[in-house]
Amino acid sequence: MEARRQELLNQGYEEVYTRTKVLTDAVMHYCPGCGHGTTHRLIAEVIDEMGIQDNVVGVSPVGCSVLAYNYFDVDFQEAAHGRAPAVATAIKRLNPDTFVFTYQGDGDLAAIGTAETIHAANRGENMTMIFVNNGIYGMTGGQMAPTTLVGMRSATTPYGRRVDLNGYPLRMTELLSTLPGTYYVTRQSVQNPAAVRKAKAAIRKAFENQKLKKGLSFVEILSNCNSGWKMTPVAANKWMEDNMMPNYPIGDIKVDGKIVEGIDANRLVLDHPLTVMQ
Amino acid sequence: MARELQLMKGNEAIARAMIASGCDGYFGYPITPQSEVMETLMAEKPWETTGMTVLQAESEVASINMVYGGAATGKKVATSSSSPGISLMQEGLTYLAGAEIPCLVVNVMRGGPGLGTIQPSQSDYFQSVKGGGHGDYQLYTLAPASVQEMYDFVFDAWDIAFKYRNPVLILSDGAIGQCMEKLYTRDNVARWTEEERRKNAPWGTWGKPATRNHNIITSLELDSARQEVFNHKLQAKYAEMKEKEVRFEALNCEDADYIIVAYGSSSRIAMKAMQMAREKGIKVGLFRLITLFPFPTKQLAEVAKRVKGILCVEMSAGQMIEDVRLATECGVKTEHFGRFGGIIPTPGEVLEALENKIIK
Repeated sequence: MEARRQELLNQGYEEVYTRTKVLTDAVMHYCPGCGHGTTHRLIAEVIDEMGIQDNVVGVSPVGCSVLAYNYFDVDFQEAAHGRAPAVATAIKRLNPDTFVFTYQGDGDLAAIGTAETIHAANRGENMTMIFVNNGIYGMTGGQMAPTTLVGMRSATTPYGRRVDLNGYPLRMTELLSTLPGTYYVTRQSVQNPAAVRKAKAAIRKAFENQKLKKGLSFVEILSNCNSGWKMTPVAANKWMEDNMMPNYPIGDIKVDGKIVEGIDANRLVLDHPLTVMQ
Repeated sequence: MARELQLMKGNEAIARAMIASGCDGYFGYPITPQSEVMETLMAEKPWETTGMTVLQAESEVASINMVYGGAATGKKVATSSSSPGISLMQEGLTYLAGAEIPCLVVNVMRGGPGLGTIQPSQSDYFQSVKGGGHGDYQLYTLAPASVQEMYDFVFDAWDIAFKYRNPVLILSDGAIGQCMEKLYTRDNVARWTEEERRKNAPWGTWGKPATRNHNIITSLELDSARQEVFNHKLQAKYAEMKEKEVRFEALNCEDADYIIVAYGSSSRIAMKAMQMAREKGIKVGLFRLITLFPFPTKQLAEVAKRVKGILCVEMSAGQMIEDVRLATECGVKTEHFGRFGGIIPTPGEVLEALENKIIK
């Protein structure tokens, strides 16, 4: 493959896009059109561009991305369900000069791992947390997640999520932004090239922040779950924009330890009436 | 701290031994009757001397997973708790065993079930050696019977943990944890240098140099055939421990007509009961378990051939007795005596039980 690349370069071809050496050759198991593959690639590119491949430890969750360690060519630990922030806390405390990141889904981070997430953030652990939110438990077959929208159908809410039965969708990212231990909190998405570029910049910032030793950087990535939502990838992205984004607004919430100007305070205290899907 | 004589609490001995044995990190959560472990560590501020990290976690669930994360970078990492907290750690312990991560966990037992009592008990034997979490795994389990052993076993634990890439459990109880005894400290062992860590834990995750493949710490294997191969490897490791790492103490067993089998606090009480029996002319020996896993099966079976009866003393409803009966293949009369719920039996009660249940 490298020989062919050299041959083409010698023939005068210009290289405009190439794979990153921080991803392995393992074939990803993710569903086509899912945001995990893109998000993996963005993290790998950031690690590559920062030149820290030899000094980074990742922590994968339980959920769709449980096998993330097979795809990143960096040292990796697989944590018990929800415990990645605790696992990463100790990695960072004992290896303060190593870049540490967690990679978790909504069930792992915002349901079973709520305590570990909040306390790692509240301690201001100097690490990067990546939170992929697709509003559903993908791996186990599409059950309700803490982030499932009101009215949204899932395997365990077949008639739609009801507030009286299931409570409200949990906006963990907004919640974490209110804690003094978080330094950078943002929500991004990866459904089109413009969003991908912004998401990459956010991930880069979240890794760069570890050098400053100021606290936790938290990047939520909204993703579709086309198989769980039972839609085509294209329709799922459209649905995400129409339904997820009004409830989970895209953009920075907290930068350099300060809430971004113009953020609706109601969003942060979590009493904002959430959109009910028709 | 060089070797010197001190008066110390069992829990404090655990903490001081961690610092002195080159421990890199401790993660814990307060629970009676072991809170002095973390309190001593925080008071000693080892981060200013040896560089050891000490962190109070938000729960026992978090602290055992911090042990997982830190220890998986090839460092010496420990936690401690008491029975209800250790129950919360069972998920973490099976992951640690499944991912083959060496570490030290201390359980200063209290009475259960449930929230139970804060007084000493020994009712976590099953949980400790029969697999408190899911799956086929074992913890190398040491049962100290003195403050000195609380201290010494911390040093021993690191050797076993890293030799076998397996978690080590020190199974103590509230009596040993809370009592003060004299203790000889040891010379400090320095924390591993970066080079030593990489040499002693080549499997560790500290950042992948270009010269090796990425290290992965996981207990997941979706291919059943490979999982079975891995499980055979674990079983071979446990078999090697049974062969090489059994520890016990046999006192007055050579001429004994009867023996008491006990560990931890109960063995101290049994020792007194043995002396009282000998004064009455009854030839009693004490077989003290030091490792609960691996259990001294062969050694106990050998002693049991020569005696007329065995009394198992444990502050429980009778857990260890199952392994004693298995070891002797029920070849000799074996009964249990114990108080539980936080009550500690007296030597007189033990002697009475021996006379009534075994000798009569």
